[in-house]
Amino acid sequence: MIRRHPQIDGQGRLRHLLSIDGLPKAMIERVLDTASAFLDVSDRTVKKLPLLRGRSVFNLFFENSTRTRTTFEIAAQRLSADVFNLNISASSASKGESLLDTIDNLAAMNADLFVVRHAQSGAPFLIAQHLDHLGKDVHVINAGDGRHEHPTQALLDAYTIRHFKKNFTGLRIALVGDILHSRVARSNIHALTTLGVPDVRAVGPATLLPGGLESMGVRVFHDMREGLRDVDVVIMLRLQNERMRGALLPSAQEYFKHYGLTPEKLAYAAPDAIVMHPGPMNRGVEIDSAVADGPQAVILSQVTFGIAVRMAVLGIIAA
Amino acid sequence: MKISIVNGRVLTPFERSAPTDDQHGIRSDLHIADGRVIAIGDQVPGSSSVLPDGWVPDRVIDARGMIITPGLVDLAARLREPGFEYRATLESEMQAALVGGVTALVCPPDTDPPLDEPGLVEMLKHRARGLAGAHLYPLGALTVALQGTVITEMAELAEAGCVGFSQANVAIADSQVLLRALQYAKTFGFQVWLQPQDPCLARGGIVHAGPLASRMGLPGIPVIAETVALQTMLELVRVTQARVHFCRLSSAAGVALVRAAKLEGLPVTCDVSVHHLHVTDQDIGWFDANHRVDPPFRSQRDRDAIRAGLGDGTVDAICSDHTPVDDDAKALPYGEAEPGTTGLELLLPLVLKWATETRTPLARAIATITTGPAAIVGMDRMAGTGAGRLELGSVADLMIFDPDALWTVDRNSLVSQGRHSPFLGYEVAGRVMTTFVAGQPIFERV
Repeated sequence: MIRRHPQIDGQGRLRHLLSIDGLPKAMIERVLDTASAFLDVSDRTVKKLPLLRGRSVFNLFFENSTRTRTTFEIAAQRLSADVFNLNISASSASKGESLLDTIDNLAAMNADLFVVRHAQSGAPFLIAQHLDHLGKDVHVINAGDGRHEHPTQALLDAYTIRHFKKNFTGLRIALVGDILHSRVARSNIHALTTLGVPDVRAVGPATLLPGGLESMGVRVFHDMREGLRDVDVVIMLRLQNERMRGALLPSAQEYFKHYGLTPEKLAYAAPDAIVMHPGPMNRGVEIDSAVADGPQAVILSQVTFGIAVRMAVLGIIAA
Repeated sequence: MKISIVNGRVLTPFERSAPTDDQHGIRSDLHIADGRVIAIGDQVPGSSSVLPDGWVPDRVIDARGMIITPGLVDLAARLREPGFEYRATLESEMQAALVGGVTALVCPPDTDPPLDEPGLVEMLKHRARGLAGAHLYPLGALTVALQGTVITEMAELAEAGCVGFSQANVAIADSQVLLRALQYAKTFGFQVWLQPQDPCLARGGIVHAGPLASRMGLPGIPVIAETVALQTMLELVRVTQARVHFCRLSSAAGVALVRAAKLEGLPVTCDVSVHHLHVTDQDIGWFDANHRVDPPFRSQRDRDAIRAGLGDGTVDAICSDHTPVDDDAKALPYGEAEPGTTGLELLLPLVLKWATETRTPLARAIATITTGPAAIVGMDRMAGTGAGRLELGSVADLMIFDPDALWTVDRNSLVSQGRHSPFLGYEVAGRVMTTFVAGQPIFERV
């Protein structure tokens, strides 16, 4: 049975932002264009717009995060929303309350929008469908679910790429590292292929690459030098500490030797290639400090653009 | 009670070598007395019987437009007792069986506590007898508490009524224990039921490992989890010659291994879940936990191979794999949701759907849920049951169904307490009208 993607309402509007998979190109472009307008706001002395005045935004982080939560908080505040941060991993979930009971309680506090991060793939879908089923007018933004998606990260990455490279249609882009466990990689793959990037590559050892990447329009490389050859954009992925030693990888040292981004490996990319990283970085594991702090890195621009992009998403969904 | 069923079509299930008569049964009356079939209209081959003089039935059931078959035999129905009464009770699930036309069911030992002691089996059988429903055939646990370390008192359990020994879907990680269990079972001639899934290769897995798993960011259970386990089990069968029934095959490669094993002459049989005849991983949609099952729904190629396996007789039976799950255990993110779907009431319609889609003759299709599974358990050699049979003198475990009746699967149309199914919202054809156990019409749709 074919069902409508739950993030799009009956009128074709964006009701929730749950995944880039299934998000039309025009919708992605609208977010990027809106973000562009909001970027100017961040440069003013008075950084507030009244777009979401009186609205309540709840940051529901079932999994710890500082950066994403903070940028959502700043984005919501710049749109004049009231923001409530709930660190659920430390409260109700540990007391045995079910996810949907938590949601029902918070919805009863007249929330307008939930920004959700959860360790389980698909959790924001469950929450959004539950709220829709109850007829609650509450929006859900996925701020990272398991290994599935991190849509706002992909949107801010797309914004960054467009900012530096102007358009997508002639680009070669490599995603390097732990694709298997990365929600950022999945969202980026969907965003970049949707936006018309003709050459999206995944680079990593076979233990960190999920099967079937080709069916998502991605070329797979195990040799990083081959994978980086002539690329315009390198997106490095974070390697979680717990995955550095075990059956997936023997050691951080061996990983860095083969898949860490060093100036020597970066030289295989196009001379004007940009280097991105969703943060937080492991220097000396996936990226060399000489690259992270070098002229080609745009990692801090990503953070700045991230606020504008999240303002755009909040504005489009809830205003 | 004397009953005459008139105007219906009597369908005798057949395996492969079949009479080329009407595939949809033969227009015939059928008469029941003292719990047995005493006469079938004279058009049915080998049944040129005559009714006793002065036959006056207590009841006449008009089965115009209906088909009369043996009651269905389901090789996997979790009734959730003892231990999981909040999910379902013997009352609710035995009733669901009758509503689904099932008159004989095999229940796996993964109750709480597991069926690893004769007392538990006797209690279950006693409870079931009190309910006057389908015949219950419990499988005993192969190892104590299904922990895969100590084998159970199989002979004692068999005396208590176990028809075979199983680990349900809990794998034995230690191959030496599995070898010993098969040797011990072989000593007494017991059958061992194994669901092939390597616990290490399946560890942490949630859905079929394939492009969809990668896309959804859900950990996969690869096909090799099934084939590596099957290869090990087949080697052990080769050595021990123990009779093994493989449960719930899910992959093309798994079906191929069993096909080769049968050609080789190994004493093995296998079944598949009726859901795996239809649903593939692509149907999961946006993390719909109704699709979370064990083993997972696999690719379309796997589904087609399962269908082909039924076509050529590699797969011996279709079961409902009925697994009631409570709402709370399903209203969770996909990876935390409990695997399982309701099945007893969908067994017949989903088999009919498969038969229609593959142009499988009805008599052959019905055999996969009657004579096929009955032969695996050896019900045909057991007294007091007509499981899988519809012939003169057999115990009248029968059902009458309307092959054309359409109904929509929804939470309110199900009797089982398990209300989760990938088919919620679907319209299906085929409805059971009357179910007889030992000649008594104990379920009648009004």
